[in-house]
Amino acid sequence: MLRLSLGLVTVFAFSVIIFSTFSFLPGDFATEILGQSATKSAVKALRAELGLDKPPVTRYFDWLGNVFQGDFGSSFSGRSKVQGDQGDRSREVVGLIVPRLKNTLFLTGVAAMLAIPLSLILGISAALYRNSYYDRSATGVSLVTVSSPEFFTAYIFILLLATLFPVFPTISNVDEASTLAERFYRTALPVFTLTLITMGHMMRMTRSAIINILSSEYIEMAKLSGASRYEVIVKHALPNAWAPISQVIAINLAYMLIGSVVVEYVFNYQGIGRLMVGSVYNRDLPVVQACALIFASTYVILNLIADLIGIISNPRLLYPK
Amino acid sequence: MTLNKSKELLLEMKNIHIDGFSDERWHKILKGVDLTLHRGEILGLIGESGAGKSTMGKAAMGYTQPGCKIIKGEINFNGIDLAKLTEFEKRKIWGTKISYVAQSAAASFNPAHRLMDQTISAANRLKINPTDVLKKDAVQLYESLQLPDAENIGDRYPHQVSGGQLQRIMTAMAMSPRPELIIFDEPTTALDVTTQVEVLSAMRSIVDKFNTAAIYITHDLAVVAQMADRIKVLRYGEEVEEAETRDMLSNPKEEYTKSLWSVRSLIKPEETNEDYMLSIKNIDAAYGSSKVLHNVSIDIPKGKTVAIVGESGSGKSTTARVITGLLPQLKGEIIFDGKKLSPKLEQRSKEELRRIQIIFQMPDTAMNPRQTVDEIIGRPIEFYQGIKGKERESKVIELLKMIELDETFLDRLPSELSGGQKQRICIARALAANPDLIICDEVTSALDQIVQEGILKLLQKLQKELGVTYIFITHDIATVKAISDEIVVMYQGEVVEQGLKSKILNPPYPDYTELLLSSVPEMDPDWLTNLLNKRSS
Repeated sequence: MLRLSLGLVTVFAFSVIIFSTFSFLPGDFATEILGQSATKSAVKALRAELGLDKPPVTRYFDWLGNVFQGDFGSSFSGRSKVQGDQGDRSREVVGLIVPRLKNTLFLTGVAAMLAIPLSLILGISAALYRNSYYDRSATGVSLVTVSSPEFFTAYIFILLLATLFPVFPTISNVDEASTLAERFYRTALPVFTLTLITMGHMMRMTRSAIINILSSEYIEMAKLSGASRYEVIVKHALPNAWAPISQVIAINLAYMLIGSVVVEYVFNYQGIGRLMVGSVYNRDLPVVQACALIFASTYVILNLIADLIGIISNPRLLYPK
Repeated sequence: MTLNKSKELLLEMKNIHIDGFSDERWHKILKGVDLTLHRGEILGLIGESGAGKSTMGKAAMGYTQPGCKIIKGEINFNGIDLAKLTEFEKRKIWGTKISYVAQSAAASFNPAHRLMDQTISAANRLKINPTDVLKKDAVQLYESLQLPDAENIGDRYPHQVSGGQLQRIMTAMAMSPRPELIIFDEPTTALDVTTQVEVLSAMRSIVDKFNTAAIYITHDLAVVAQMADRIKVLRYGEEVEEAETRDMLSNPKEEYTKSLWSVRSLIKPEETNEDYMLSIKNIDAAYGSSKVLHNVSIDIPKGKTVAIVGESGSGKSTTARVITGLLPQLKGEIIFDGKKLSPKLEQRSKEELRRIQIIFQMPDTAMNPRQTVDEIIGRPIEFYQGIKGKERESKVIELLKMIELDETFLDRLPSELSGGQKQRICIARALAANPDLIICDEVTSALDQIVQEGILKLLQKLQKELGVTYIFITHDIATVKAISDEIVVMYQGEVVEQGLKSKILNPPYPDYTELLLSSVPEMDPDWLTNLLNKRSS
């Protein structure tokens, strides 16, 4: 319960930061949309219409109140530019975000399902055969993948799998009509990229968490009671390593989501990251705020889940004295 | 308990050489030790830390710790040379034919599994008996080891039972596959004396019951005297002597063996003083919501030594924390040299801080590993007395001489010192503040017998020269006899009694003092038997 409320406080604090950061950006939607030659009165009128003339604190609480009711407001862009135009094309932020969010969750979800088991298996086996050639090459390669920026990894994939050996498309445009198989095919490269940039970290941490535990006395005891190497790692070390491992996985899933901002841009994938970049460019505050809030909440939720796994996997916390 | 020559040989280790790798080079840990053991026999292996007794015990299983290797030697167990077997073949013997009971039960149980699953895991591997039969057997073992609620205790996790109970469960775990040999590696060292008695008697009776052979490793002669048929003394990786228990105790041949219990002959004549250095009055203290001290009042006479004794959890160390101001009391007051001390550390003056110093149990963790001896001792001199430069250096050397070391130690790091030397440096650091009162919190319990004796003698010498007052916190009665003038007995956060050493250590005793004193092992092989008979009658 305490963790949950702390999580809520974090999200709340984050919303303040998000809001104030965008308020301090030079220029706003009105100046951006009307251009430099706009008259002061026109800018003023547009601001009044959008509610940008109110003091920031009032705007913040108006916005927050609406968010609690599930209303993220309306996007600034797409609204009628001319006063009196009846065809208001303004779109609800929720309607704008939900399909994009689904796309992003699909992308990161597939990447996670690939990355987590792979890195666990690689990490555990590297710990099992510590200091072997396999272990050294696995940790070495993972260091390279962790250190490369995601756009670089993405371009390498494009070069290898789309240009030199054209197996997968470079543009990952999907829409409502795409079938599941099509989606897998089109998102293959961004999925590979996200998998690769997060796997190295998870694998290395799994390996070191297990190796750390291997030096404890109960592992020596297990060996002396005749447990095999496999049994020592899987039955004795792994159950005690879940807490650190789940923390790393949570951080990496969050990182994956954030990494998707760049990856979606590179592959022109219609996800929330790409939407956010575009909206920042337009100073489309309601959309940017909503996206940022979603990112922040995901981060908090993932960490909560990791803490929960840490508690469940530890009898000392689960069963008090 | 006499050795029967016609007994069948179980284990024969010949000319064992083991090297260990540390500090970037190989060291010799064992230099050609022999060992024989017959079926149903218990051999005691004793020596100080670093003597190689634990390495020898593990080598009896054909196991060496990571970073160690068997250079030479034969380990014939039932006619098989364990030194020649592969890991895979040895695993079939470990845990089932030979099992191991480790020193720290709390660290040796896997925190993630229930006790019952761990107890039967080795026997389960044999695949002779089905799991439910093994579980029933384990419950019977728990019962014969006098564990409370034997039926259900196996469902608990390691953190849910006490240290003494864990140690008994580990014995049950070792016994579960009915091995031919059990290695007990300092199984009671981490326990209180009162708990130690229970665990010792439980282990002895179960080993007797199944006629299992055992190697019992310890540094405590009095403990091994209760368990072993024969005793082998090791030092620096070599055998000093071996004899049957009674012969060894009544007639030790080697000087070294004699010195092993010399600390018990150190006795100080008691004196008291009406003038108190420190009085604590009606102190209550708590960690968070759990109250650990109840109305504690203690008087410490000037220039004398007061020993506070009790088992773990009795509040001895908490009392020290309250006196130093690390844990402000909830109620009551502390009078130091006639003046009231404020409960909080931050509100005490530098002068008050200087006059009370503390020496901790673990010299390893009490010193900054990256500071040299010069920096460790020099800092309090500079901080409290404002002495710098050349004068400071000569002060440090003076202190080193006082603790019987010299200026060659100035540039050493803690890692380049032995355990006894480290504790001496900690003493010098406390003295550097020129204090009136030094609190010694279990300062000798991490040290070997001989080193202990040296430290205790040093502390007595310093008291004579400097007139410093000691509060000596310990659970070891031998140490108390050696150093104290007055004794305070604590139990569950309360003072049971306080008085002169002669009064406390002689009858009549309050119940708890009686229990505590009678639980201290004596150098008599019949001590445990007699004690158990006396208690049960």
